[in-house]
Amino acid sequence: MTSQSPNGVTLDNSGKRIVVDPVTRIEGHMRIEVNVDENNIIRNAVSTGTMWRGIEVILKNRDPRDAWAFTERICGVCTGTHALTSVRAVENALGITIPDNANSIRNLMQLALQVHDHIVHFYHLHALDWVDVVSALSADPKATSALAQSVSDWPLSSPGYFKDVQTRLRKFVESGQLGPFKNGYWGNASYKLPPEANLMAVAHYLEALDFQKEIVKIHTIFGGKNPHPNWLVGGVPSAINIDGTGAVGAINMERLNLVTLIIDQIIEFNNKVYVPDIMAIGSFYKDWLYGGGLSGKNVLAYGDVPEHANDHSDASLKLPRGAIVNGNLAEVHPVDHADPEQIQEFVTHSWYKYPDETKGLHPWDGVTEPHYELGPNAKGTKTNIEQLDEAAKYSWIKAPRWRGHAMEVGPLARWVIGYAQNKAEFKDPVDKVLTDLGLPVSALFSTLGRTAARALESSWAGHQMRYFQNKLIANIRAGDSSTAHIDKWKPETWPKEVKGVGFTEAPRGALAHWIKIKDGRIDNYQCVVPTTWNGSPRDPEGNIGAFEASLIDTPMSDPIQPLEILRTIHSFDPCLACSTHVMSPDGQEMARVQVR
Amino acid sequence: MAAPYPLISAPTPRILVLGIGNILWADEGFGVRAVEHFHKTYEVPDNVTILDGGTQGLYLVQFVNEHDRLIVFDAIDYGLEPGTMKVVEDDEVPKFTGAKKMSLHQTGFQEVLSTADLMGHYPERLALIGCQPLHLEDWGGPLTEPVRAVIPAAVKMAVRILRDWGVPVTARPEDAVVPRLLANDIDYDNYERRTEAAALNF
Repeated sequence: MTSQSPNGVTLDNSGKRIVVDPVTRIEGHMRIEVNVDENNIIRNAVSTGTMWRGIEVILKNRDPRDAWAFTERICGVCTGTHALTSVRAVENALGITIPDNANSIRNLMQLALQVHDHIVHFYHLHALDWVDVVSALSADPKATSALAQSVSDWPLSSPGYFKDVQTRLRKFVESGQLGPFKNGYWGNASYKLPPEANLMAVAHYLEALDFQKEIVKIHTIFGGKNPHPNWLVGGVPSAINIDGTGAVGAINMERLNLVTLIIDQIIEFNNKVYVPDIMAIGSFYKDWLYGGGLSGKNVLAYGDVPEHANDHSDASLKLPRGAIVNGNLAEVHPVDHADPEQIQEFVTHSWYKYPDETKGLHPWDGVTEPHYELGPNAKGTKTNIEQLDEAAKYSWIKAPRWRGHAMEVGPLARWVIGYAQNKAEFKDPVDKVLTDLGLPVSALFSTLGRTAARALESSWAGHQMRYFQNKLIANIRAGDSSTAHIDKWKPETWPKEVKGVGFTEAPRGALAHWIKIKDGRIDNYQCVVPTTWNGSPRDPEGNIGAFEASLIDTPMSDPIQPLEILRTIHSFDPCLACSTHVMSPDGQEMARVQVR
Repeated sequence: MAAPYPLISAPTPRILVLGIGNILWADEGFGVRAVEHFHKTYEVPDNVTILDGGTQGLYLVQFVNEHDRLIVFDAIDYGLEPGTMKVVEDDEVPKFTGAKKMSLHQTGFQEVLSTADLMGHYPERLALIGCQPLHLEDWGGPLTEPVRAVIPAAVKMAVRILRDWGVPVTARPEDAVVPRLLANDIDYDNYERRTEAAALNF
């Protein structure tokens, strides 16, 4: 049956149904079902998933100053971002300010997380959707060297180096132990790179694995430990003792010098490896511009990286803030987290119950009452769903909307907003990429555009890190060693009943926590995470979410190898780590694949 | 940069005792709670690192690379009675995802091991101390009784393995003041004091 969603997408669920379903989860799991027509073009898409909701129960009646430690455990990839969002929510509720040094250090930690996440996401969770590892075995190392040297002056580019990498890879593959390369659709017709580009990318996959551990040292230095660094309401937990030698935990000049060195390496890796790889890969996929979905219509960003401590206005935030609706890039709307009319969550198609499900609820008034039931047209049982009924409730993810609109969040959303605001630091790099690849602006609204925006953002973030590191050192040299404000630390100083909101731009998109504090304890706590925006089910009006919209009209080379689905869903960097298998329409398992 | 740097043949092997899992998700927290209990009750020499790996997946590869031997606590679905402890060592630990999902973190930790292998740092000795969970769907729920009860035995098993490897492990005195491995209200005792609150049940 063909239908039109209010947000302009034609859906047809009459064709063959393909189910890409998880068998396990880490942060949560997701499942995609699509209908393809007789030409194997996707005409309907259904996205469902589990999302952490128990946090509200666990945090009830706890000390708000500890909430960050709990939220840091929600997910294995956004850890520090959740902690930062949490301390900001508590500070916002209680009117607590932070010193300048704390602002710079928090920005450094948040930007380090962005860079780390973007690099690991691209090389280790997404590149193999574009790069055929097995094809790399047939590459000519000399030609690979010539290719690498034509795109960058990165020193690891000799024929001997690529020959070594190829030998290592061959040994690994021939031992029958594909390890991280298992479950790929090697040889699928949707892989477009020549063997040499594949080998270059595999070499950089290995280099990025080695390099990522340097980036997280910044979290160890400023957060005291890693994994799970420490955070503090009112500032940062690290003391500054600039002349100190070996004082446990304190930030001294030696440690700051190490941070400076790592930032230099980040900038170089982005400039000479990550961005050139995106350009090289992009040049072979210029005619695969599917997957845009909502990105050219409705995008949302909360903004982040405040220039000035305690100033979260649009002017202070270096990552842009705003909402674009109906594709009108000429108008960027202001966003207000406290306005009950703006951000609302709907559950018409989610496994929860509201008193009136035609209406959404603002997170401060959020309700999480589970209500699990399958629609009349679902196939299978409650414990073994074979096919969902998207006309009924079909996901554990709620449907957040901004003024009723389904929105895409993430690096592409941020860069589209920065571009629309004519900010040179966003517009110029995007225009350069498009010009170099010979593509129109419309090409930005694609899976490839999402992947490229992430690389540009990693590059941007490296330079911002250098800026805040210099700012921090200059401020310390000027005699300011304050890292926390403790005048409102004690609950006795707090009002009886307050509420607040904290927001960040997580690597994968807009993230906010809403908190209500009563008698010094948490009364209500609601998180709306980026993957809730992107992976949301339909709303009462029938608007479809970003994941679903992005898959429509994409042709599949081979429906039992859902490479194209994974390529596009992965481009959102969903915080749902899971393994999936492909089911045939009669429920038989046909193939397995990794989705993260 | 990508070439595997050869392991220096240290007379004392570097050993990692790692707990993984999500403490917010009922029995998924087993691994972290076990390593927390180990840290509370036993003292180890400097060549042994005690690490709460928490929810981290692939990012743990650097810790595996930096050590020669590895002991992992994790909730594992062996299809046994809830609360059953099962230990597998060395070659028995499946390096690569097989047909049957064993660990709840398989996409994470199995991949960590195979990635360490690809980087030339597969552990020379390896022990996986697993526990069959009871509840996985209980978001925000506590560690269940059968799983909680197995923790002391799991810790003793790790001690035995370390001693077999020639590592001197000593029990801490009952009244020892030990810095917490997990702080800010998420240590086991404080975290579980909220069990009176209704957990979401599906």
